[in-house]
Order: sequence, then C-alpha cells, then structure tokens
Amino acid sequence: MTLPLKYSILVIGGSAGSMSVLVELLNQLPSPFPIPVVIILHRLKNVESELDKLLSIRQPIAEPEDKEPLLQGNIYLAPQNYHLLIEEDGSFSLDYAEPVNFSRPAIDLTFSSAASVFGARSLGILLSGANKDGAAGLCRIIRAGGKGIAQRPDTAGFSIMPQAAIDLCRGVQPMTIKGMIDFLRNISIENKS
Amino acid sequence: MVEEISNGDFTDLVKIIQQRYGYDFTDYAPASLKRRFTRFTGFAHISNVFELKHRLLNDAGFFQEMVQYITVNVTEMFRDPAFYKTLREQVLPRLASYPIIKIWHAGCASGEEVYSMAILLEEAGLLDRCRIYATDMNAANLRKAKKGAVALKDMKDYTCNYIQSGGVNDFSNYYTAGCDTAIIDAALRRNIIFFQHNLVTDQVFNEFQLICCRNVFIYFNRTLQERVVKLFYESLTSLGYLALGIKESLLYNDERFKFEPVNAANKIFRRKV
Ligand SMILES: C[S@@+](CC[C@H](N)C(=O)[O-])C[C@H]1O[C@@H](n2cnc3c(N)ncnc32)[C@H](O)[C@@H]1O
Repeated sequence: MTLPLKYSILVIGGSAGSMSVLVELLNQLPSPFPIPVVIILHRLKNVESELDKLLSIRQPIAEPEDKEPLLQGNIYLAPQNYHLLIEEDGSFSLDYAEPVNFSRPAIDLTFSSAASVFGARSLGILLSGANKDGAAGLCRIIRAGGKGIAQRPDTAGFSIMPQAAIDLCRGVQPMTIKGMIDFLRNISIENKS
Repeated sequence: MVEEISNGDFTDLVKIIQQRYGYDFTDYAPASLKRRFTRFTGFAHISNVFELKHRLLNDAGFFQEMVQYITVNVTEMFRDPAFYKTLREQVLPRLASYPIIKIWHAGCASGEEVYSMAILLEEAGLLDRCRIYATDMNAANLRKAKKGAVALKDMKDYTCNYIQSGGVNDFSNYYTAGCDTAIIDAALRRNIIFFQHNLVTDQVFNEFQLICCRNVFIYFNRTLQERVVKLFYESLTSLGYLALGIKESLLYNDERFKFEPVNAANKIFRRKV
C-alpha cells in the first residue's frame, strides 16, 4: 500500500554559488523522484545556454513550455527570461512580466505560486545566492503550512540568499547539503512504504 | 496592497470588469492575472478587495488606469535572436515572392518587436512592399509605440541581440539617440500602422502572409488560445506563417492539425493549404 504523499511538489531556488550544490543534489536525488521537481536559477537572458543539458545528470531535465502539465517523476528548469508560474489545474504558465528582485525568473514568484496551489503540500529549498530573491517565497510556503529549507549559510558560497530567508520568518530550516540529501531520500522512502 | 486574492473575489473582479467595461478577462491564465491584480493594488494604494471592487464599480477613470497596468507590457527588440535569424533565413525569402506582403503583429506592446521586424525587412529589401499592422488592446502601449521611442539604456542589449540575429550593419544607424530615449528612424516606420484590436472580442480584419503573436498566448488559458488560433487561421493566406513566442506551443491546441511546423524550436508554423 502506498501512503498518500506528504508533499506534492519540490521547488528549488538558487543563484550565485548554487550550481555545484544543485549538481550534487541531483546526483544523489532518488530517481525517479516521487513528486515533480521545479528548479529556478538566476541566469543570463538572450544567450543560448546549455543549462538544461548540464543539469541532466541522471535524467533529462526540460524547460517547460507554456501550459505543459507538471508530471510526477519529471524535473523542470525555469526557462531564461520568463517567470514560471503554476496554475491550479497543475500546469505551468509562463510570464514575461517585469523582473522581481532584479530577476526573471524570480524564485519568489515560483515559490509563492507553489504555495498558493499546493499549500501545505509544498516543499521549498533555497540555496546559495548573492541577493534576497526567494526569501519571501520560502516564507509563503511556510505560512501555507509547507516546509521551507535553506542551505546552511556557513556552507553556502554566497550566504545572503539563504540567510535572508532565515532572517525573514521563523520556521525556515537550515540544512547542510548532506542534510538535504538525507531529507529528500526519506521522502522518497516514505512514499514506497 | 492586497497580498492575495481569493478565487471567489477574483471571479467577481473579472465579472465586474466584463459587465461594466466590456473587457473580457474570463479566459486569461489566472496565476498571472491574479498577480497583476494584487500588484495593481500596491500601485493604487488599495488595501482590501472590497475597496478595489468599489472603485471599479464607481470610477471609470480608475478602470482605465487599471487596465493599462494589468496587461503585461514588457517587450524587447530582437528578443530571442535565434528567432529573428530564422525569420531572415527561412521566412523572408519565401515572403519575397508576394507583390504585397502583409504582416500582423498581434499584441505588439510598445512596438519594439515591430521595429525589429522592420529592420529585417529593410535589410532584405522588402520593406517597401510591406504593410505592417501592429495591434494591441492597450491604448497606452499604442500611444507609446507610435512615437517610436525606445529606452536608450536598453540599446546596448538590443545591439547585441541584433548582431546575434545575423545583423551586419551598424545598429546605431537605425535610431537617433536623445538623453534617455532613442527614436527609431522614421523611414523604418513608414509602412507600419498601429491600432487597437482586442484578440478576445474583435474579429478578422485582413489577410496576412505572416502573423507574429509572441508572448501573448502565455496570458490566455487553453480555451482562449484555441479561439485565437482559429482567428489567426482565418486571417492567414494559405501557407501563411504564424510565429509564436519561444515557449509557446500549439501542442495543447486542437487547431494544431491545421498548421505545420516550419521551425519547431523557434515556434514558426505555417497554415496548411
Ligand atoms: C508581454 S507583451 C508582448 C509584446 C511583444 N509581442 C513581445 O513578445 O515582446 C503582451 C502584450 O499583449 C497585449 N494583450 C494582452 N491581451 C490582449 C488581447 N486580448 N488582445 C490584444 N492584445 C493583448 C498586452 O497589452 C501586451 O502589450
């Protein structure tokens, strides 16, 4: 018998210094992971980037198109130069609105969108970065009853981003990379039991 | 500012706007539109949804301000250089065979995309034979577009985009720089007309060889996307081209069988005969 899953979505946000952490997480993430994973990274616009290929470590990672449904077992990367939102029917929609926190994609927007659609069933992880994008979004997830994890600032290449989340609201759980990996493995095991 | 709008209030607001003012946002993608509403409450210093409804019901000027604010009006010149490169290489040579080339930019915002197109056409020697119809539902965008003014601070990015799109001329020849705006050369704008057209409520108005509607569908739900694709189908000559935004797709659209891909990665399609 499979228990109902505690979480329905995992959103991961990162900026400067987050690539190597992300690579490690993706390397260790149980595959297939039982819930959709959505990654938001700050990146350059209007340049051809191979970021999706770079991150396709154990399984292919795709940039979603507008209206694409979120599927369990898939890992998605927010495309450059758009905000990535989630609709209540479980599909993505893209938004070309003004940058938020100087960023497009903005982590705050995807995190907030996950919080409003999945509420307590959302899980957010905020990694290393040199600005404060993502902090408000992670707190939205926590306020909605979900779980918010920040990379422990002393282990982050740039501590501003995870620290901003920890300072902004109670309930953000700081974790080392190993801590996060263990946590994510547990989710996957809980699903199988 | 209102932090979050409930689904019930959201539906009410959309209804009020439709009934009072005839703008129909019913089939817009809700996630973005909700955010536009909350963002507007910040801009207009509105602290609760009741106040927002009250103002909407009682103040037409307030609505005019709101409607110009809630559409996403952001645009760039030569955004997605690979798209423009594909136009140069695969589409314009085909269009060259028509004596008069009619192009529709639907949802042109403040015109940056239209000027980019005009530059491509000029470089291909086709601009004289073109009639470019550039439409948007937002009147403020169109007023801006008619002036041909672009923020000077963005010109550096646009120059890079232009070069990546295969442009070989000196980009600065296409505009005159002022203190903070650049004015696009009037000669480039000679065959463009800007006017108001709402894709939700207005009809077919001409027949085109190419329709560009980029980054507008992302604001529509699937039902509305499908309706607008029908409108485009009827507005295209047979084998006419339809260009969508780089992350937009006909995949979830029942009309897709009436089109064939010309360049799938750059979202250029062609109406089947
Ligand atoms: C993000 S801009 C896209 C501008 C340009 N095409 C580009 O890709 O850079 C979206 C535009 O669609 C327009 N729009 C939204 N709904 C519309 C409708 N129902 N009919 C016509 N234009 C609409 C907005 O006013 C806005 O100017």
